[in-house]
Amino acid sequence: MERSKQYMNPYLAGILIGLFMVAAYYFSGEGLGASGALKSTVVAAVDIVNHDYAKETPYFAARVQNEEVPPIKNWLVFEVLGVLVGALISAALAKRLKLEIGKAPHITNKKRLVFALLGGLLFGIGSQLGRGCTSGMVMSGMGVLSLSGFIGLVAIFGGGYVIAYFFRKLWI
Amino acid sequence: MGPLFPQGLIGEELNLLIGFLIGIGFGFLLESAGFTNTRKLAGVFYGYDFVVLKVFFSAAITAAIGLYFLDLTEVMDINLTYYPTTFWIPTLIGGLIMAFGFIMGGFCPGTSMCAAITGKIDAMVFVAGALIGVVFYAFTFDFMWADLRLMGNMGKVNVADLIGVTPGVFILMLTIFAAVAFYIVTIIQDKVTAKRDYQL
Repeated sequence: MERSKQYMNPYLAGILIGLFMVAAYYFSGEGLGASGALKSTVVAAVDIVNHDYAKETPYFAARVQNEEVPPIKNWLVFEVLGVLVGALISAALAKRLKLEIGKAPHITNKKRLVFALLGGLLFGIGSQLGRGCTSGMVMSGMGVLSLSGFIGLVAIFGGGYVIAYFFRKLWI
Repeated sequence: MGPLFPQGLIGEELNLLIGFLIGIGFGFLLESAGFTNTRKLAGVFYGYDFVVLKVFFSAAITAAIGLYFLDLTEVMDINLTYYPTTFWIPTLIGGLIMAFGFIMGGFCPGTSMCAAITGKIDAMVFVAGALIGVVFYAFTFDFMWADLRLMGNMGKVNVADLIGVTPGVFILMLTIFAAVAFYIVTIIQDKVTAKRDYQL
């Protein structure tokens, strides 16, 4: 329990995140997101590799038609760049910058990394199908009382509780 | 009256700068709350650490209350913001896929990026996986996802309207629900961690 004292009170952190979300809606009309920036990154990369292909393929076309605005010049991309900087500042101040693998003590590094890759893969697919992830779809959706946010909440966290038992050996 | 950018009251460059600054605050707080620690994140599903639930609900309710009052006092028109359209079928299926991603990977996209930049190797692998997942989705979009993604379109649905209460009453109900949940999970966490040291 010693180490957790370094972390901010969770309610205070939550309230402050909520206020940043209000600011995001007020200034930009946007919620806080994360997976949208992954999509922009992929779209931009494909656009650079083969612009003609991107222009003719439905998934990419909508975001690369305007020759003036590159797909990477997007509010969520700048927001996520900020997230990276903010996390770096906080970790540096708290002396938590350290190269390591986070995992339960008893599982091997290889197992942890394989499951991290698979988990990322599924989150990448699920967030595209579900129109956003835990931040952009659920948390920001709940902030504006959108039904989609509450469906996402039940699916991600409710679903998580249903399947947690089968993956318990990864964590406890 | 807000929102400012959608009504052209601030320019695009300033809007992107504001996004960057808001992101710094968001990332700083995620790291400060311990969201780069995959064990703390997974703890919400096993009862030994409920920090995710506490931060998540505090944030969503604070935003809901703040946005409600901004709308009520006509400081901001919530209808001009990015208000999500509900497609319940892909949201439900996508959410269930993300549930597997969360339990197996121990992160979600936002937390994985914070953890990756601060040196967690498992998070770097998770981010790589997520990018591969988006690429897979993009290149299989036409024949696997294009139809599914548009199923169950309900339009822009406000959950308070749906159950027939005013937004204020709904937010009050949500707040009471969260307060009770915070109280119960604190008891659960004390009991679970008393039995065994989880070495977070």
